Amino acid sequence: MRIFKFWRTLLFVALLPTCLSAGNSDNQESSHGHSHHQNGKKVSREQAKEFIDHHLQDSYGFHVTEGVGFSLPVILIDEGLQVFSSSKFGSHGDQTAEVNGKFYKIFHGKIYKTGADGTLTMDHGHPTNVKPLNFSITKNVFVIILMSAFLIYLFSSVAKSYNKGNLAPSGAAKFLEPIIIFVRDEIAIPNIGEKHYKRYMSFLLTTFFFIWFLNLLGMTPLGVNVTGNLSVTACLAIITYCITTFSGNKNYWGHIFWMPGVPTPMKIILAPIELLGTIIKPFALMIRLYANMTAGHVVIMSLLSLILVFNTHVATGSFLTLTLVISVLELLVAALQAYIFTMLAALYFGSAVEEAHH
Amino acid sequence: MQIPAIVGAGLIVIGAGFGIGKIGSSAMEGIARNPEAANKIQTAMLIAAALIEGIGFAALFAV
Amino acid sequence: MEALFENLSIGLFAWQALVFVVLIFLLSKFAWKPILKAVNDRETSISDALNAAEKAKEEMKLLQSKNEDLLKEAREERDSILKEANAVKAKIVAEAKEQAKAEGDSIVAAAKESIDNEKMAAVSELKNQVAVLSIEIAEKIIRQELSGADKQKALADNLADEISLN
Repeated sequence: MRIFKFWRTLLFVALLPTCLSAGNSDNQESSHGHSHHQNGKKVSREQAKEFIDHHLQDSYGFHVTEGVGFSLPVILIDEGLQVFSSSKFGSHGDQTAEVNGKFYKIFHGKIYKTGADGTLTMDHGHPTNVKPLNFSITKNVFVIILMSAFLIYLFSSVAKSYNKGNLAPSGAAKFLEPIIIFVRDEIAIPNIGEKHYKRYMSFLLTTFFFIWFLNLLGMTPLGVNVTGNLSVTACLAIITYCITTFSGNKNYWGHIFWMPGVPTPMKIILAPIELLGTIIKPFALMIRLYANMTAGHVVIMSLLSLILVFNTHVATGSFLTLTLVISVLELLVAALQAYIFTMLAALYFGSAVEEAHH
Repeated sequence: MQIPAIVGAGLIVIGAGFGIGKIGSSAMEGIARNPEAANKIQTAMLIAAALIEGIGFAALFAV
Repeated sequence: MEALFENLSIGLFAWQALVFVVLIFLLSKFAWKPILKAVNDRETSISDALNAAEKAKEEMKLLQSKNEDLLKEAREERDSILKEANAVKAKIVAEAKEQAKAEGDSIVAAAKESIDNEKMAAVSELKNQVAVLSIEIAEKIIRQELSGADKQKALADNLADEISLN
């Protein structure tokens, strides 16, 4: 497994310049491989920034590099369901799509309703056009669904491997079982307690593997950035908040609204703070995962962009090495963030079900 | 002259860096003194570091 | 902060929520529950096996101590038997020695007696021989002494003298 990760990192480092160059293809003839940046034009900082921004954003198609990829369905709710392929926006997403006599245009990743001429009326840099409810299968949604299918396949096959009557784990279970036991023994039981932990195991395990695998997928040159997307982390955080709130017992709410063991005026001051705390906790969860993954992607892609910005042999060598080092660090962060998210979620559940012991 | 917000964010990040450094060093000391408690110390350290990290990120995004 | 929340997409959020909840449900049903159950079962079976091993070990210890007791007893018995045997041996040897001594003594006594008897016999025979020889010598001397008539007459005179004197 370790060797596998190492090769993936190498592959990632080797392939990313290709992706980058493809992203900045506006004034470059298409050429492939390592030698590209040595004879190609220099890339300006603005171009690099734009490409990184573009990578961090969700998109309506799955394009690994220019021309390699496919369009995904756009689903809008605008006087009924409007389903059409994102290819209608053109290969660069800058054309006006016409569907059933309605016109749509993409601006900064958002779909706006326009007239037949496709103009957006701008106000302080923001379009004032109507934004129809957008339930498109974007790249991130697509990856989430794919990853969920993979997780179900992987873990149900692990579960089946136990049915054969062999007590020792075999195959993928050999690698995954210690991690499952780690989640149970190091995350769930110490934070929630022996008595209640079983109820939360499904959520904790699913969250852990979902975040971890998506973090790792973000390290591949596929260019997906699911866990570095605020909507995704917000959803995870809100689910955590809901579970915490609904499993809160008398003791938990008592500690929030009427903190025992402090003078009455203090209780009145503490109540709103504690109440705010219940919201801040999942909010921090959301921001932490989002920021860590985004930061990791920005750092790696900036380093790789610097190769193209400086466009010298020395820069190529040194930044590739630096990228390798940072990539290894990011592999650690990928696991660490999954661990932290799961553990803090477990901690919050634990405080919600904790019995009074005064 | 107005101080740019990014300077404030930088200051907060410096503070957060110091904070996490302090947590790390204290955890090291704790583990060195009491190696059996390494697991518990590590968990507590990560939680505390994660909380400070949250402040750092909040500062960065507030800019 | 505002720029941050501009990135929020209701669509992505809704899809993530839907997919994630379904994922939790499906994984919980088809993966986590069977896996955790299998792991739990294995853990209990391992701990049972360990307990059984511990029990067997204790039993073994008990058996061993019993064995040791038996061995000790056997050793003691052997020792006592050996001791007894030694005593018997000593007694027999002593008895045999005594008997041998007595026998030897009686043999010696008998030998002494027979030696004495032989000696007496030898002495008496010697005496007889000496007596016979003395008589023979005396006869010879007397024959010589009384070989003439005058000598016989003198002896007779002598003898008569002695008688008359008396």
